Amino acid sequence: MAKTLIEDLELGKFVEEVSEAYPKKVAKKRMKSMVVNDPDSIPEIQANVRTIPGIITQRGCTYAGCKGVVLGPTRDIINITHGPIGCGFYSWLTRRNQTRADKPEMENFIPYSFSTDMHDSNIVFGGEEKLKQAIREAYELFKPKGIAIFSTCPVGLIGDDVHRVARHMKEELPGVNIFGFSCEGYRGVSQSAGHHIANNGLYKNLIGNNDNYVRKNKYAINVLGEYNIGGDAFVIEDLFEKIGVDIVATMSGNSTLEQFETAHTADFSLVMCHRSINYVAEMLETSFGIPWAKANFIGAEATAKTLRKVGQYFGDQELIDRIEAVIAEEMIPVKAAIEKAKAKTEGKTAMLFVGGSRAHHYQELFTELGMEILVAGYEFGHRDDYEGRRVIPSIKVDADSRNIEEITVYPDPTRFKPRKTEEELAQLKEAFDIEFNDYKGIMKDMKKGTLVVDDLSHHEMEKLIEKYKPDVFCAGIKEKYVVQKMGIPMKQLHNYDNGGPYAAFEGAINFYKDIEMIACSTIFKQMKAPWELEEVLEAEYVFN
Amino acid sequence: MVNTEILGNRTNSSVPLGVRNSLGGRGYTSTRNSCKLCAPLGASLVFKGIEGCVPLIHGSQGCATYIRRYMISHYKEPVDIASSNFSEETTVFGGSRNFITGIDNIIKQYKPQVIGIASTCLSETIGEDIPGHIRNYCETYKGLEKNLPTFIHASTPSYCGSHAEGYYNTVLATIKTVTEYEKTDNSITIIPGMVTPADIRYLKELLDDFGLKYTLFPDYSETLDNEYTSEYQLIPTGGTPIWKIKRIGNSKAVIEFGNVFNKGVSRTKDVGTIQSAGEWLESSLYIKNYQMPQPIGIEASDRLMDVLKELSGKEIPEKHRKERGRLVDAYVDAHKYVFGKKALLYGEEDFVTALADWLREIGIETYFKKGADFETLREEAENFKPDLLIGNSKGYYIARERKIPLVRLGFPIHDRFGASRIHQIGYRGTQELFDLVVNALIEYKQENSPIGYKYL
Repeated sequence: MAKTLIEDLELGKFVEEVSEAYPKKVAKKRMKSMVVNDPDSIPEIQANVRTIPGIITQRGCTYAGCKGVVLGPTRDIINITHGPIGCGFYSWLTRRNQTRADKPEMENFIPYSFSTDMHDSNIVFGGEEKLKQAIREAYELFKPKGIAIFSTCPVGLIGDDVHRVARHMKEELPGVNIFGFSCEGYRGVSQSAGHHIANNGLYKNLIGNNDNYVRKNKYAINVLGEYNIGGDAFVIEDLFEKIGVDIVATMSGNSTLEQFETAHTADFSLVMCHRSINYVAEMLETSFGIPWAKANFIGAEATAKTLRKVGQYFGDQELIDRIEAVIAEEMIPVKAAIEKAKAKTEGKTAMLFVGGSRAHHYQELFTELGMEILVAGYEFGHRDDYEGRRVIPSIKVDADSRNIEEITVYPDPTRFKPRKTEEELAQLKEAFDIEFNDYKGIMKDMKKGTLVVDDLSHHEMEKLIEKYKPDVFCAGIKEKYVVQKMGIPMKQLHNYDNGGPYAAFEGAINFYKDIEMIACSTIFKQMKAPWELEEVLEAEYVFN
Repeated sequence: MVNTEILGNRTNSSVPLGVRNSLGGRGYTSTRNSCKLCAPLGASLVFKGIEGCVPLIHGSQGCATYIRRYMISHYKEPVDIASSNFSEETTVFGGSRNFITGIDNIIKQYKPQVIGIASTCLSETIGEDIPGHIRNYCETYKGLEKNLPTFIHASTPSYCGSHAEGYYNTVLATIKTVTEYEKTDNSITIIPGMVTPADIRYLKELLDDFGLKYTLFPDYSETLDNEYTSEYQLIPTGGTPIWKIKRIGNSKAVIEFGNVFNKGVSRTKDVGTIQSAGEWLESSLYIKNYQMPQPIGIEASDRLMDVLKELSGKEIPEKHRKERGRLVDAYVDAHKYVFGKKALLYGEEDFVTALADWLREIGIETYFKKGADFETLREEAENFKPDLLIGNSKGYYIARERKIPLVRLGFPIHDRFGASRIHQIGYRGTQELFDLVVNALIEYKQENSPIGYKYL
């Protein structure tokens, strides 16, 4: 039944129809970013290429990815935006990355927005001195352990060297780790360039600085690419507390500088958002011998699978038993919640356009609700996030990726210690099908005939909704009111419409309730006034 | 979305309020929790007030994304803003190719009547010649110009001034670009500045009630607070039509709200040479400019009514006379709740000064500081000890820390619903503001009472 639904839609035709509104060259380019999926023979998709000027995109900039996403959620580093005022203001408390600084001695600078607020004279005469002064002030005020400097567009153009300033100030203020990021907004295709720059900076300036991690439990892992939106990292932390495994570092939800510095002491890294943190995962593996595996805590089944992966990795029967006990206990309310929600959600359809991994992760939750994903795509994903890491060698390096520093990492001379031998990893893969240091991408998990669209434009979104009227459309704040104005229930998967957490078992239950609520809201029945005539032609949309 | 959990945790001891003395009383070079946004945001707001207009921000795509994000969260409406998506290569070789592609794509998708182009710190730093780009673009369509949209360009580098300055610069740039003079007619022009969609709707009602023929610019009362329509509108209806902006030159008078305009703080330029749109219309087209602060409060609203009386030759309509009467009545009834209270204000300069005048009228002492950031205000609040805060959502943390009410007005309001429908000007708007302030103070008293009286 479900299979025919997707096939009936003939989503392939949509690609041509929607492109008709574009000039020829644009249409040709956009069509490469819209492909009909086949999980058995994954087609090539164009991704991580420049958005065409004048096409309204939901993508952000390099600065946003570096300062806002990766470094933003850490509570005890002072982040200084070097540039005119806008960027610092716009990135001030607008992501819902939460933090738990509940003891008086804990520092929390997340609510602060420091900026050098460059004026025209700084643009003409340079802003390095102003930046130095800002760093001194931040130090005098807070005596922080770390200060990070983020460059905005004009900084690169006028030749201010934030790295030189950082070195200089490190000498002036011994004991404070000061480092800069060249994350000017124009640098990359999207925020994903900023993630890469942030990853490099974490490795160069923080990771490996502190060997003294004191374990509470026998086993310790890192959770990478989890930013604690709506408290997701909190529930993940609670879960690992229950099964008795340490989380050395979460990158970077609810994190501290010390977590970055000690991350190299863990035994295993779980990678949530592959796009934003895979570079660090790789570097931890190459440099310190910590293997990583893709994880997913979005969806009850996915969470169970991820936990089991941890048990299998350590191969400790006691741990495995504890994990099974936790899963069994948690699944009881989950099952009840699914049954309740499913009565209303089963057979409904959804579209997801969000992030660099969320569009993949959230499919699990919809599947658990018996809903069908018709179309999905990322805002800032790369080909490997769609097709899997196997395509990395064949990804063309263009000017935009070339101007992001590629750092070469070598095994640490004293601290490199493979946590598992090649044979052990091969055995684990053989026995439990755990893919180490690999990600298979979103397409593998989507049905045949579904449509995958990268960097969905505003225009394409409107046409998708008009034509296929999904029951739930998932995206972010920028799309929210367009979708709602079209009379379609909308779920924000960036900030959860102030809801959440949605991670792990507890989060899954929240999500079922929220989707049941929005997919069945009676509001949408009232959108037409009684005096409005039945519009017979409305269903038949003619392009242009 | 302001996250209360983060803010809640912030009330720990890591907040060193007392440390300011360590700097020996000298001011800060850094901006700590800024009170202002950047200029292209103001420009985008003005462009949203022109009928059939799509804004284009000439620079990196992040600017358009951030600005959309802020406007969408505040107005809770779709806000489409295009970008010319500069890459590193563009910063080296210039943005003309991106500009042309951007314009082509906007025209093909939106068929707009107007494209409003705002510059950014990026395009201004590399010295982009946007008027030149527009000229070149139009030249390639020689003979077909009438099929092209109207192009308006505003220079809005974010290192000059704030979003308010970007707003006023764009109002001026639009009028300078579009307005023509044929012959003076009986109409008037009203330039209300950064008011809310509800304020604009009220102004239109008021001018209609006086029987005036007018052009209100910019009018985003519909584009940023639109009804649900069964067919989705790619460009929302509403906005000041370009043909009306063209005829602004024929007006017999201009009413312009504000007293700071684009001459605010953090300019190094000589502000004496900068003009507001009303001043330009007066000096260049000899149209009498009635400049006045935003009409918040009885005195300020009286001033507006006087001008409308003079221009229309009509008495104040009874409806509005009665609104004034009710407001006076309310002032009297509630004066014991408000007199002697102290309010800390922040936001756009023109809004804050107008608010301060009104608060003085109702007996509330005010404190605000030119060019201050939130942390400076927070420190000064230690001495001033305000009873309430009035301003946008970003000051919430100060209110929370001091355990005093925050009356949310201005931009951005991201943690409450209905920002577009806040009405704050004229007698009726003042009445709404007055009720808000009085109730905030009563609620505070009630919440902090050990008994919890239900009759206050």
